[in-house]
Amino acid sequence: MRKAVGRNVLRKEGREKVTGAARYIDDLSFPNLLHARTIRSTIPSGEIANISFGFDASSTGGFTIVDYRDIPGKNIVALIDEDQPCLAERTIRHVAEPILILAHESRDALLAAEVRIDATPSTPNYDPAASTTHFKSIAIDKGDLNRGFALADHIIEGEYRVGSQEQMYIEPNGVIAVPDDDGRGVTVYGSMQCPYYVHRALVVLLGFTDERVRVIQTETGGGFGGKEDYPSMIAGHAALAALKARRPVKLIYDRIEDMLATPKRHPGVIRHRTGVTRDGRLTAMDIDVLLDGGAYATLSAVVLSRGVLHASGPYRCDNVRIRGRAAMTNTPPNGAFRGFGAPQTQFAVEVHMERIAEQLKIDPVVLRDTNALRPGDTTATGQTLGDDCSAREVLREAVKRTKFRQRRKQLAGTNRAIGLSLFFHGSGFTGAGEVKLASKASLALTATGVRILVASTEIGQGTRTMLAQIVADSLGIPYDDVEVNAADTGEVPDSGPTVASRTCMIVGRILQRAAGEMRKALGRSSPREYFRKHGALVVTSQYERPAGMIWDDVLYRGDAYGSFGWACDVVELEVDRATWEVRPVKFTTVHEIGKVIHPTLATGQIAGGSAQGLGWALIEDVVMRDGRMANNSFTNYIVPTTLDTPEMDIVLLERPYRHGPFGAKGVGEMPIDGPAPAVINALRHAGFDLRHIPATPESLMTCASR
Amino acid sequence: MRFTLNGRKTRVDAHPMTRLLDALRHECGLTGTKEGCGEGECGACTVLLDGQPVNSCLVPLAHADGTRVTTIEGLGGRHPLQQAFVQFGGAQCGICTPGMILAALALGPKPSLAAMKTGLAGNICRCTGYGAIYDSITRAGKYARVGR
Repeated sequence: MRKAVGRNVLRKEGREKVTGAARYIDDLSFPNLLHARTIRSTIPSGEIANISFGFDASSTGGFTIVDYRDIPGKNIVALIDEDQPCLAERTIRHVAEPILILAHESRDALLAAEVRIDATPSTPNYDPAASTTHFKSIAIDKGDLNRGFALADHIIEGEYRVGSQEQMYIEPNGVIAVPDDDGRGVTVYGSMQCPYYVHRALVVLLGFTDERVRVIQTETGGGFGGKEDYPSMIAGHAALAALKARRPVKLIYDRIEDMLATPKRHPGVIRHRTGVTRDGRLTAMDIDVLLDGGAYATLSAVVLSRGVLHASGPYRCDNVRIRGRAAMTNTPPNGAFRGFGAPQTQFAVEVHMERIAEQLKIDPVVLRDTNALRPGDTTATGQTLGDDCSAREVLREAVKRTKFRQRRKQLAGTNRAIGLSLFFHGSGFTGAGEVKLASKASLALTATGVRILVASTEIGQGTRTMLAQIVADSLGIPYDDVEVNAADTGEVPDSGPTVASRTCMIVGRILQRAAGEMRKALGRSSPREYFRKHGALVVTSQYERPAGMIWDDVLYRGDAYGSFGWACDVVELEVDRATWEVRPVKFTTVHEIGKVIHPTLATGQIAGGSAQGLGWALIEDVVMRDGRMANNSFTNYIVPTTLDTPEMDIVLLERPYRHGPFGAKGVGEMPIDGPAPAVINALRHAGFDLRHIPATPESLMTCASR
Repeated sequence: MRFTLNGRKTRVDAHPMTRLLDALRHECGLTGTKEGCGEGECGACTVLLDGQPVNSCLVPLAHADGTRVTTIEGLGGRHPLQQAFVQFGGAQCGICTPGMILAALALGPKPSLAAMKTGLAGNICRCTGYGAIYDSITRAGKYARVGR
């Protein structure tokens, strides 16, 4: 029998996706369905004074109107801090804050309904540096910073800015809530990454028991982090309306609303002060990270955590000080987007490294090679790296493959330029996060093989396929005999959220162990034989912390991640000196991600994440005006099309991680860390001293005229 | 309004300004055509109108009168493009896939890379970075030849 791992087996739900049979949330309907609409604040801060209706709001009008007084439990979207209301009561902290939910049979009637909200505005703050409210502050210290600077021949400083970014999944957010007949339970279907996050938020909001809340993920048209936390909000709104109307309620956002209201990447300002010897060894790194959290805490604390943990890049340095803050401002909350803080901070360190090389007149490859982390080195938190630390290998392979130095010389003085970036990315939840999650995964025998029961969601990355490969080989059965249950909290255990490059490495490992136990229970029988003779068998396994992995969440010391992936990007681009447009021409990346479970899926993650990274670097510009996104449409916020995306050469290196399934690490997020600094570093070689993204034609023009 | 939908004569009684997208999804029950933006930018709602790709969110039902409309359901399930999109990574989350496959179909057999880039520029995929889509289309052409 052919092994499944390492082979390009067919995607489990591929056929449904190419025939139009896959059912996304807007494709579902229920008898007696009502549609819903969210009424939102139009001011960035203030107090609600009065609400009045320009339609028949009595029972004869056919409207169900929900406000905070209809919430039977706590009026919060339960996540980390309990600060964000599901429906605003009096205080408004950002534009597009939900205040009311209207539901009606007719979409036209809903759209025509006028609601007037009188509010007393207060002065908003949009500047995170001026904010006095910090959702989270983190300090990392290693060695002796003063001593490090004393050892330096040069001290180089810089400030780097990154813009926000819209996830732009092609399927907007949406849910359907179906109330139980007795009004004490609800089932929510929806487009989401994390069914158990939604489940918990509903339990807290509605005051129902765990058993009476059921959350079922429907086929999900992309997430990229954008469907990590906000589906809890939307599910709450739909559930409240459904329970009040005692009818199913469908709440689907259109693109304009989705972009206006839902979380995006945190903009940030990162400052570096670095001590370096004459020959290019880093002696001190002093790094300050400021992220704009928006109006509520949501995920800012953990985005900041991943941000600071990657802020010193894949480099060895004995003396490091990192300070990070996520500050409150009066904009819609910023949240999860692929990379989760690491793209922001690694943009800064990689552009800074290029400036150091420039100032010291050292080859940028040599500077990186000199300082790149090696097995046995320690990171800023004191984590000792194992044999799967591949920073120098990916750098050397990328430089060799692209003939980087030669190409740079050839391109000097032309409109083309080449740049690179070296980066890493931790797989799994940060620090003690996985221990706290204590994820579970189950395998159940069926008449035809085995079924995987996990809450991990398929959102395009190939979760069902990749997990089935791991289970098939661990059990020694054909891939086609493994099926995957829907991510339905009524049927599957809580295997944690589908985030943080954790699904393969963490959940895959739990399933591998479950399969090992099941194999023992089966003895010499095949799953079918055992099922025929003995009937059902379910095996559940739980996350186990790898021995020796220790993390101190107070001091921010220890093993921040089980493992890291390593990568190097090289981008060649062309600058149009008439329009100042930048066109990436050729993109090469070398990724070391441990054992590659499915080459086509893994390559797909890298290609897609790299394209998003190029978009963030050059064309994706979230324009905020008076606390609201001014370009919240597909027309005005542009993402890479076929014509904007260069040819990509993607190379996979494999250095197995001992505790990953078959040696696999995470891959989902890392690809987006590298393109932006590689682009800006290429532009530096073309003569543009840019220290921010996006590098729009306007900013190139300004830079050229300085 | 009368038109030929996936080879079958179809009559839809709806307002002539109804979006073709809504007519297909709500009146005809064909939900394989997706809405991504509602303003003709993303291409998720691409269908073929007399063989030409259009954004069905921008086409009033009246314009479909007397035409041949092809949606993803009209390809059956064994079209070489469909098979190749599964096998070679052209479909990830799948929401752009029906529109992408129809836009690819309109390119004709064995399109060049340049033709694919131009012809698919109105179909946004946020997952793949497009390379696997070109690969799928190119390999589908080879399938088709073998099939004949």
